Amino acid sequence: MSDVYFDAELMKTLEQTTDEILNLAAVHFKVPRANLQPNDDFFKKLGIDSLQALELLTRLENHFGVELPDYEVAGVSDFRTLATRIQARL
Amino acid sequence: MNEYKGESLCWQVADGVVELTLDRAPANEIGLAMLDDLERFAAALPELESKASALILYSKQSAGFSAGADLRELYTLIQQTDAASAAKGVREFLERIHTVLNRIDMSSLTTIAAVHGVCFGGGFELVLACDLIVADKMARFCFPELRLGLIPGFGGIPRLKRDIGNGVVRDLLLTGRSVNATKALAVGLASQVAAEGEALRVARATAAQVTKFDRATAAAAKRFIKPLPTEELRREIDIFCQLFVKPAVMQGLRKFIENTDAHPYLP
Repeated sequence: MSDVYFDAELMKTLEQTTDEILNLAAVHFKVPRANLQPNDDFFKKLGIDSLQALELLTRLENHFGVELPDYEVAGVSDFRTLATRIQARL
Repeated sequence: MNEYKGESLCWQVADGVVELTLDRAPANEIGLAMLDDLERFAAALPELESKASALILYSKQSAGFSAGADLRELYTLIQQTDAASAAKGVREFLERIHTVLNRIDMSSLTTIAAVHGVCFGGGFELVLACDLIVADKMARFCFPELRLGLIPGFGGIPRLKRDIGNGVVRDLLLTGRSVNATKALAVGLASQVAAEGEALRVARATAAQVTKFDRATAAAAKRFIKPLPTEELRREIDIFCQLFVKPAVMQGLRKFIENTDAHPYLP
């Protein structure tokens, strides 16, 4: 019972983290929030290159107050996996 | 020369402060044109030092301070010549850039780098020649050279060792990861963090403060606390040149240049 409760809390927090990432990305890259989904490829959906991906990483680090080595996001291209990486640092 | 406008940069002096502005699209890559302009600046420094107390370095390119060495130019030049000539050309470039950065490092002016966006490789090394770093909240610092089978060659390792703990130097060098302004401040690399877009304003306020002090006294203090790591700087050039001739370097360069992937700046 307690494990299920713990898992439910973890899932909820990850959803919140993902939502905050989508909100932040929408604002800073001027894309309608409604157009962004957790499984979207953020390079394609935001129309960004690797330099702008570093900008996104910096904004996320500043927002969540974490340090996320960029090699942890190399190979990551969807918002949900990005959220998982950040979640592991909270 | 109080004012200069070149292909890659410009400078001007006003109110006791020299402002050196890097402005070569897309991200102030340091190749032959930038080196030529930097050498002009170094040659003008004696006159500028007689008229000013501080020097601010900053970038007009939105991508950031500098993405580092012009790898595309390097790759093109290598393709056009034989291996021995390429190696000789690289050593000559390193000798020249070291002369410039050593001159900035040892300037009697108090030098302040206002950094936003990417500050990678050779760009990071230019910043490390300065006394103070003001980092915009969006700045990122990185030594990506290991990704190319190289080490920093513009004097970055001895200068970074001079400024911060060896553990952090090892982290940056051996992982090739970039770190943000908050981290830079925490480890003592940056002296101040500014809000997004405010690094130049903060640097100017710092420079104005510096101009209040007796120039000769400030210069003497700087000479005392900021030794030039001459032997290690020479050794870095030698190591770089030894590594440069290895096949992994050409493979790394080719991978970077010919990359159709959107992510060449990510590790």
